[in-house]
Amino acid sequence: MADESYPDELRYHPEHDWARVEGDSATFGITWYAQDALGEVVFFDPPEVGAQVTKDQAYAEVESVKAVSDVFAPLSGEVTEVNDALEETPEKVNEDPYGEGWMVKVKLSDPGEADQLLDVGAYRDLLQSGG
Amino acid sequence: MTEVALTIFERSREGRRAFVAPPADVPEAPLDDLLPASMRRERPAELPEVSEPEIVRHFNVLSRKNFDVDTGFYPLGSCTMKHNPKLHERVAALPGHARLHPLQDDDYAQGALELMWYLELALAEIAGLPHVSLQPSAGSQGELAGLLLTRAYLADRGEERRKVLAPDAAHGTNPASVTMAGFELVKLGTDADGGVDMDDLRAALDDDVACLMLTNPNTLGIFERNIEEIAGLVHDVGATLYYDGANLNAVMGIARPGDMGFDIVHYNLHKTFTQPHGGGGPGAGPIAVSDRIEPFLPVPRVVRHAGGGGAGPGSDSRGANGAELTGEAGIEPRYALEHDRPKSIGRLRGFQGNFGVFVRSYAYIRSLGGDGLKEAAESAVLNANYLRARLAELSDYLPIAFDRVCMHEFVLSGSGAKRELGITTKDIAKRMLDYEVHPPTVYFPLIVDEALMIEPTETEPKERLDDFVEVVRSILEEAEEDPEVARTAPHTTPVRRLDEAAAAKRPVVRQPRG
Amino acid sequence: MSRYTSATEADRRAMLDAIGVGSLEEVFAEIPERVRLKRPLDLPDGRSEQEVYEELAALAARNRHCEAELSFLGAGMYDHYVPAVVDSMLARSEFLTPYTPYQPEVSQGTLQVMFEYQTAMSELTGLPVSNATLYEGPSAAAAAAYMAKLETRRGGLVCSRGLHPHARAALRTHAAGYRMQVEEVPLSAAGATDLDALAGAVDDDTAAVFLQQPNFLGTVEDLGALAEAGKRTGALVVCAADPLPLGVLKPPGELGVDVCVGEGQSLGNRLDYGGPSFGFICSAERFIRKLPGRIAGETRDVDGRRGFVLTLQTREQHIRREKATSNITTAQTLNALAGIVYLSWLGKRGLVELGELLLRRTHYARATLGLEPINPGPVVREFAVRVPDLDALVERARAEGINPGYRLGRDYPEYEDGLLVAITERRSRTDIDRLAAVVAESRAQVPA
Repeated sequence: MADESYPDELRYHPEHDWARVEGDSATFGITWYAQDALGEVVFFDPPEVGAQVTKDQAYAEVESVKAVSDVFAPLSGEVTEVNDALEETPEKVNEDPYGEGWMVKVKLSDPGEADQLLDVGAYRDLLQSGG
Repeated sequence: MTEVALTIFERSREGRRAFVAPPADVPEAPLDDLLPASMRRERPAELPEVSEPEIVRHFNVLSRKNFDVDTGFYPLGSCTMKHNPKLHERVAALPGHARLHPLQDDDYAQGALELMWYLELALAEIAGLPHVSLQPSAGSQGELAGLLLTRAYLADRGEERRKVLAPDAAHGTNPASVTMAGFELVKLGTDADGGVDMDDLRAALDDDVACLMLTNPNTLGIFERNIEEIAGLVHDVGATLYYDGANLNAVMGIARPGDMGFDIVHYNLHKTFTQPHGGGGPGAGPIAVSDRIEPFLPVPRVVRHAGGGGAGPGSDSRGANGAELTGEAGIEPRYALEHDRPKSIGRLRGFQGNFGVFVRSYAYIRSLGGDGLKEAAESAVLNANYLRARLAELSDYLPIAFDRVCMHEFVLSGSGAKRELGITTKDIAKRMLDYEVHPPTVYFPLIVDEALMIEPTETEPKERLDDFVEVVRSILEEAEEDPEVARTAPHTTPVRRLDEAAAAKRPVVRQPRG
Repeated sequence: MSRYTSATEADRRAMLDAIGVGSLEEVFAEIPERVRLKRPLDLPDGRSEQEVYEELAALAARNRHCEAELSFLGAGMYDHYVPAVVDSMLARSEFLTPYTPYQPEVSQGTLQVMFEYQTAMSELTGLPVSNATLYEGPSAAAAAAYMAKLETRRGGLVCSRGLHPHARAALRTHAAGYRMQVEEVPLSAAGATDLDALAGAVDDDTAAVFLQQPNFLGTVEDLGALAEAGKRTGALVVCAADPLPLGVLKPPGELGVDVCVGEGQSLGNRLDYGGPSFGFICSAERFIRKLPGRIAGETRDVDGRRGFVLTLQTREQHIRREKATSNITTAQTLNALAGIVYLSWLGKRGLVELGELLLRRTHYARATLGLEPINPGPVVREFAVRVPDLDALVERARAEGINPGYRLGRDYPEYEDGLLVAITERRSRTDIDRLAAVVAESRAQVPA
């Protein structure tokens, strides 16, 4: 499994999801903390391409052997791509949560929402204070 | 033992058989005349082809890979793994029980109906609620019944409410039943003493609440001291109070849910009343209800008509103290199944319920009697408190979650062991398997970190409890030296730790076609 | 101390000392005084094992069971022959007394039995995935309705009147909680589900369509045509089937059925006045994560040994809680053991031979009784007939120690004079001829 890390260039949501914003689109996933708490991921239940996701609302579920977790959208928009590789190899979420473990790509409806997200420092503080 | 685990399908050899058909004593009409080819199977189902000796060996060998209550200590919290009396199998196998068709005319099933009648009376007396239905198949179906009864009761009063309350420490079946019954769950917190958080309760109670579901003692093994106040608050808003009977073994003959203010109770005959667990069933989950809920009970109901020939009105009502188990001399009562109950919620399942389970539970109640049931509860509580006191010697590693006197079970936290020794509750549980005891329930309730829920039951002698303490002590001492042994346990069981992740990622749930 | 507990006086003193109390009453002080029961339980005293046995034997003796009369009663549970190997296996402590396999390392027996049972049910139904039992037939149908609700999010259920009356009733009771409506589709004059009525009842809000094979009257339905009509608007097609006739009938999975449920009592389980038996649920692959109940899966241990575990547990109540696919926990595992032992005993050829014997005897019975059939089409183990003076027949049969069958008028007012006759392998030609003789005698009395 991956070593604990929180890349500087990402934006973070308090429910332990990250967003990589590039212009008016973004990629979402879950953080190292989230995958560590979950244990080995065995199943990712994705939204459909074209589905609407709303900031702060759950858009998918991720499962380990003994737990189910909602995955929360850090930002709002329309799903343009889903990481199909996770169907065969869901453990990528554990091995590479910010790279091959990405979950969805989204065309943002309101890129300004990103200002409300935490930067890496604020997210680390959140983890320090107890998640 | 390194024998590869073959399935019965893999032992199959073409042409072998155990079954010999009775002779074809009717004309052998061509099958096409009886059942058109379009309706017939083209290929037979791929069932095994094995002879009887191989069947016996296969399943015997499989059975020996199981640990069971007849073999050793099995302190699973909230499961009440007490001894299963052997008499019960004998009486359940009597042809009058085992080969009785469920649709036999009532007149020719009087023994069965009388047994059900008296079992209902006994259960009513134990719970302190007068009206019983034996129908639900297990505790979960009993819970669902309780919620459907609540819905029907409220609808009959012209009300429709959306919410049901349950503590965060509740067994997962409670919230699942809430959703299946068409309600929304509202969770209540647990206070520092291990009881329901009364502030949460008062804040949550309004006239949109249909029911509060509780277990008492609760899943921490702690008796809900505020139960009278809770019942009052719930009834004040017009909701029902539901009792999950999983922990009834602590209070039989000592306190009754009906007297505590509960409206609806379910029993787990496969816990408190010693129906063998069978590796996951069968069980039964009868329910008892108060007068105001009675009209909505599932059908059929068991009724008793006084006098011979069925003359006179049927009666199924009995006071909370009624328990005429010896019958009246000179009057031959007649028992029957009644279906005409206009307000009934209907049927939860087919026929009358798991009658074979009723036979065993009835035999148990007749064996113990009122005093014996009370003594069973007292012994269960004595054993649990003794084990709790002894395991307190190891509290640096396994502190108790709530430091109070417990009832029939208690919860420890493995957080100390995790912090000091680097072994988790899971590791401790797996290492116990090498000592030939079954671990307690682990990681439940969710509100306790690294939980171990321990319920010894009343049928364990003191020395077994002492042995268990030594097992736990050994495991912890060993971990002080070498935690790896527990982390990689078990070592001596038929299989070692299994890859559950692979089983969930790529489920293989049947033998592939050969 | 009773025969099951063992705390001696010395034990008690030592235990109370260790707890740090003078008496157990101090422990029970936790319970508020007002709710304490201040009298003994009003139950008779306990009795010796011998006395309890004698009481239970006396009760059992007052039941007319299938060894005490010649019975043609079916209607959902059947007096098939259960071989002695089933009794032997179920008596083994290691199968009878453990709990659910939460610690798989010491539960490989139970888990492998579940896996083998799942395989057998999948084979019988022609659907790739099976769970490891539900409670019994009628509530299994309700469980399928819940699955359809989770899968389609629709509110309507369409149900053939050919479904067992208890299954239809259980569907309605559970549907009240699911907030779903049940619409019933009638049977045709030939005692089969009315295809046009079914097609007409299905709409965009239909979550599932329920059929039964053979149906309650014993009719072998045209499952393929019904399934096609049922799924026209995207509903799930659910078939309630009796597994034993599936040995000769085309499996529902090959006819467009999505979910197959049913009552498993015919497979090696006793009548037991209606339970315990088992229910089964099998489905197409795509519904595996919506299946209720426990499922055993194959895997390997750390040393590479083959083993079995409970899998896909995230569907279940202990993890998913209010969003679980079901609240079911304890099911019918021991009865599944009876089922797989029985099917192993019958074997691949035996199941077919038994099915063919049932077919032939049943048709012989229908022909020999000479009564007007309600469902003249193909039947396997049961059929319905009209009886001109049913009361008289029943009375005459009873006097001869015969139970002629199930009175359909109890559930089907449209078949007031109907009798449902079941023929298992335990009903020989001689038995059938005896029933036919009584029928003939009874008819001779009826005015033309």
